[in-house]
Amino acid sequence: MQRYSGFGLVKHALSHHENWQRQWRNPTPKKAYDVIIIGGGGHGLGTAYYLAKEFGIRNVAVIEKGWLGGGNTARNTTIVRSNYLWDEAAALYEHSLKLWEGLSQDINYNVMFSQRGVLNVGHTLQDMRDIQRRVNANRLNGVDSEVLDAKGVQELVPAMDCSQNARYPVMGASWQPRAGVARHDAVAWGFARAADAYGVDILQQTEVTGFKIRDGQIHGVHTNRGDIEAKTVGCVTAGNSGVMAKMAGLKMPMESHPLQALVSEPLKPVLDTVVMSNHVHGYISQSDKGDLVIGAGIDGYNGYGQRGSYPTVEHTLQAIVEMFPSFSRVRMNRQWGGIVDTCPDACPILSKTKVKGLYFNCGWGTGGFKATPGSAHVFASSLAKGEMHPIAAPFSIDRFNTGALIDEHGAAGVAH
Amino acid sequence: MFYIYCPYCGEHREEEEFHPKGEAHIARPADPESCSDEEWGDYLFFRTNPRGIHHEMWVHAVGCRKFFNITRNTATYAILETYRMGEQPSITDDTREPLEVAQTPTETTPADNLEGVRA
Ligand SMILES: Cc1cc2nc3c(=O)[nH]c(=O)nc-3n(C[C@H](O)[C@H](O)[C@H](O)COP(=O)(O)OP(=O)(O)OC[C@H]3O[C@@H](n4cnc5c(N)ncnc54)[C@H](O)[C@@H]3O)c2cc1C
Ligand SMILES: [Zn+2]
Repeated sequence: MQRYSGFGLVKHALSHHENWQRQWRNPTPKKAYDVIIIGGGGHGLGTAYYLAKEFGIRNVAVIEKGWLGGGNTARNTTIVRSNYLWDEAAALYEHSLKLWEGLSQDINYNVMFSQRGVLNVGHTLQDMRDIQRRVNANRLNGVDSEVLDAKGVQELVPAMDCSQNARYPVMGASWQPRAGVARHDAVAWGFARAADAYGVDILQQTEVTGFKIRDGQIHGVHTNRGDIEAKTVGCVTAGNSGVMAKMAGLKMPMESHPLQALVSEPLKPVLDTVVMSNHVHGYISQSDKGDLVIGAGIDGYNGYGQRGSYPTVEHTLQAIVEMFPSFSRVRMNRQWGGIVDTCPDACPILSKTKVKGLYFNCGWGTGGFKATPGSAHVFASSLAKGEMHPIAAPFSIDRFNTGALIDEHGAAGVAH
Repeated sequence: MFYIYCPYCGEHREEEEFHPKGEAHIARPADPESCSDEEWGDYLFFRTNPRGIHHEMWVHAVGCRKFFNITRNTATYAILETYRMGEQPSITDDTREPLEVAQTPTETTPADNLEGVRA
């Protein structure tokens, strides 16, 4: 793999940027691998990367039915933070945030991780009590977090209406300075390129259509390009995970919903942080290109259509205009949907299954982008060792039968 | 945007009048006290979540405020029928989905039709 650097950029300029190496190969599938990862989103590609880099398992295939990142990875609004309430979730998301902080160097790919901070705004007394509780819990877990009053919020975000004239006046916010945003495609591409350099086969346009299970042990997968064998299979298919589970004869506590996002026409810099509100129910940031990146809630019905309904778009924009009246004339450029796999406790599933050797990493719902490197890392460790990593262990599928749920509906509040 | 036929009001109304309320036909265990953790967890949390035909409850929140059921395709989003609580769907996974289903009632006076209305 040719390393990317400032020097390389200058060197390639001399040949009009026509000689850049392909970022990854396009191999034909082998008959068998040590590990198969299903799903070429950030979590799947990252898992393959850490398997190869940290655990020396390089005979790995990532099987993706479409193109890399074409699922939720490149449909999301890229908010990265770790200010979750419960110890288990804070450990997982903070592990991830630490990996984000060195990710561009680690995979030699600029994922444009920008630690511009995230505000979770409160508009009621109860919001503020919840924010205080969460900030205190965060601090006990070593997660940077502060409580701001309305004045503090207004200083950080001059464009926001923090006055008493607002219909739901801002009372304060939690503030995580180390949080921020990143470039979503770069995460998929960067992990793909780095994994490929270790010899991982990335098989695009290859759909898993069934599992080969004998005597309760996984033996491989059926695909539209023939059968591929492996004794360890990790299924990382986000919104399609319910369908995948059914193929393996498993049941899941998840439902798939459309989640939409919008971007506006590009504006001059107006918002240099991320603003989220559970109560008014919307969130917004501004990309480096200048477009406002906007989202809110899922469409309430089950759906696999990668599109949502107009009432949801309308509610989303109402919330944004409520917080930022000056954005009322901004035109929206694009709108799209992804299929998110939501769990009853708003936490993911990182788990073994009843089929030996078959693992699932799913249920990230509306907020798994921030967890990409951390989830991939602990999942790779679990696949390599055959035992769930201690950070992953509480997220077992068994929790829905034992009752040990990890209720993050507060911290997950507005879907993102 | 869905245009949904409420089997109680006997009219098509816009999606915004309704709220989806999750998978239909999940029976509460008759004797919860004697359920195993497995059975109780399955009842509370596990769902079929199909890509295709799905039976789901909706509530006509700003209309008659009654719950009813919809059979809908979760991939195409086509609404195949709506029917009252307590009734069974006439379109299920293994009955082949009709190619074109008009969402209009076929019976004469839908509101009086105690069988519920295929819509
Ligand atoms: C609109 C929107 C906004 C969001 N905003 C945020 C945010 O701001 N912050 C945040 O942290 N999270 C956010 N999320 C959630 C986040 O995008 C996801 O949790 C995360 O990207 C999931 O990554 P993944 O790699 O697990 O899944 P995906 O990227 O969806 O990858 C799964 C892959 O599996 C493939 N696949 C499925 N079935 C098969 C099969 N049978 N065979 C082969 N391949 C298959 C799919 O094609 C897909 O590429 C948002 C999501 C959406 C939709
Ligand atoms: Zn009605």
